Amino acid sequence: MNGLAWARRRRTVARFWSQFRQNKAGVFGLVVLALFVLTALLAPVLTPDNALSVTRPPGSPLEGPSADFPLGTDRSGRSMIDLIIWGSRVSLTVGFWATFISITAGTLFGILAGHFGGWGSSLLMRVTDWFLVMPSLVLGVALAAVMGRSLTTIIIAIGVTTWPTTARLVRAQTLAVEARPYIERAKALGGGHLHVMSNHVLPNVMPIVLAQTTLMVGTAILTESTFAFLGLGDPTTASWGATIQAARDVGAVSSRMWWYILPPGIAIVLVVLAFTLVGRAIEGVLNPKLRERR
Amino acid sequence: MADSALPTAPVPQLAQSVRDRSGVRRKLRYYGEKLGGSLVSLFAVILTSFFLFRIIPGDPVRTMTHGRPVSIEQQEQLRRDFGLDKSVAEQFWSYLTGVLRLDFGDSFQFNRPVTDLIADRFWPTVLLVGTSVVISAALGLWLGVRGAWNHGSLSDRVNTGIALTLWSVPSFWLGLILIVVFASGAGWFPTSGMESTGVEGWERIPDIAHHMVLPLVTLVAVVYAQYLMIMRSSLLDEMGSDYIVTARAKGLRDLIVRRRHAVPNALLPTVTLIFVNLGFVVFGAVLVETIFSWPGLGQLFYSGLSVPDLPLVQGLFILFSAAVILMNLLADLLYPILDPRVRP
Repeated sequence: MNGLAWARRRRTVARFWSQFRQNKAGVFGLVVLALFVLTALLAPVLTPDNALSVTRPPGSPLEGPSADFPLGTDRSGRSMIDLIIWGSRVSLTVGFWATFISITAGTLFGILAGHFGGWGSSLLMRVTDWFLVMPSLVLGVALAAVMGRSLTTIIIAIGVTTWPTTARLVRAQTLAVEARPYIERAKALGGGHLHVMSNHVLPNVMPIVLAQTTLMVGTAILTESTFAFLGLGDPTTASWGATIQAARDVGAVSSRMWWYILPPGIAIVLVVLAFTLVGRAIEGVLNPKLRERR
Repeated sequence: MADSALPTAPVPQLAQSVRDRSGVRRKLRYYGEKLGGSLVSLFAVILTSFFLFRIIPGDPVRTMTHGRPVSIEQQEQLRRDFGLDKSVAEQFWSYLTGVLRLDFGDSFQFNRPVTDLIADRFWPTVLLVGTSVVISAALGLWLGVRGAWNHGSLSDRVNTGIALTLWSVPSFWLGLILIVVFASGAGWFPTSGMESTGVEGWERIPDIAHHMVLPLVTLVAVVYAQYLMIMRSSLLDEMGSDYIVTARAKGLRDLIVRRRHAVPNALLPTVTLIFVNLGFVVFGAVLVETIFSWPGLGQLFYSGLSVPDLPLVQGLFILFSAAVILMNLLADLLYPILDPRVRP
């Protein structure tokens, strides 16, 4: 890779950023995300050692908010704040890994199908049709029920059921890119399949993939909380969805223990909203038609 | 599609009938392809369901009886009931003929045919989901049109913000909050169920409506944002078109331009989305029905999952997928009627 290409790429990124910055909602989302990522990374520092311990909890069960526990305690006597902090790890991990599976598979198959066309392409379209028709949550729930309850199952279930959307998007974009003259030039100069796909198609597909990625992490986190709430997650993992489920089990609804139900839900809403706002801002930069005209 | 775009003006009358006949053929082929595609999808779902629920778990009987005191004889009996002592091919044949006769076997936890259970729970779900779709579509379309027409205004930004936030809310959590605030808190609405006991005759209608308010609000809140966003962006797209400029230049009133010219065109993608969504909303009902103990298919699915009651979950899996396929097909068939440009 020569210096000229890198300078051009740096310029593109700088231009992208200056346009992204103009979208206030997008910047807000980015700040919220940074805070959550930081919280997830610093979880062991922010919370005491026995924060997640059920046998040696820091407080007594189901305490209301107090100076020691600003958001009260859960059914085992663990501080709600600490649970939320550790829950951000679970949610972000599931969100990123599920999206990674989904985006990698989707991009790979999308580019391959778009580049080679032919029966492979039609086969991919049939397969994605089939995935899109099946309610992905139903398939995911069935998979999770069949494969046992764990975080890995949830990650795989979300990844497997969401990649077709990306594959379709990437295939369409690949077809659009391959119709451009410079691809013909690259082929005429002797560029092989791999060269065309990795050096010409991929960089042009990446922006769309980036927008899709951010939107998908949000969806994946929402889906994870749903699965956890349905009791398909690992019962020992303190994810936000699982905490809401535990609150319901304990009867927090009828006894109105708001501090047990409210915080995990607000955390989910904030993270999902942040990813959605960032994703929409990226989309807006890439597609000026979507940008707000003022 | 392509040949209809060719100039046809100088073609004499004689060719007209020929074109008509090929038009009918094209139409038949379009509908045939859509119908065939749906049947293929349905078959794929039936196939998936067989492998998903019988092959992957290894031994379904052990999965089902996991953590229960079940004797070896009972397990053997269950295996015979399931036909697990036969070969895979034989199992598949009896499964396939069963599904085609709408016979999904007996539920493990209720000891009743799955088909009967589904029939019992069908209408409450249709009532809840149907009403929620009508309300959220009307609300989403109305707000979307208003937002796009006054895009960038304060009300547009507020509405978009609210919609995006509600879209990020987990429906089960919203349901719980609504129960805490309005049912167990303020006591305005019942916390669960569809009917009060001992209410008969015409009295049932207001009673069911009263029970339905909170589940309905939950479903509408998480769904309408999608309609709003699609309608809004689709109308924004149309607003840049030349024909809108023409309509305005003719001196038509703003309202007429919007109602007669812009909205009908922008409505097309949204209508498709509503139909496609209709199938998926049924699944959204799983959570809401569970939270509010609404006696519908979603709650049935949840109760099947926690056992796990494989015949029940399998039957509902096929039913939910079939609903999506059917709605997709309806959208495909409806689209050419709504939009002359894609008429085959």
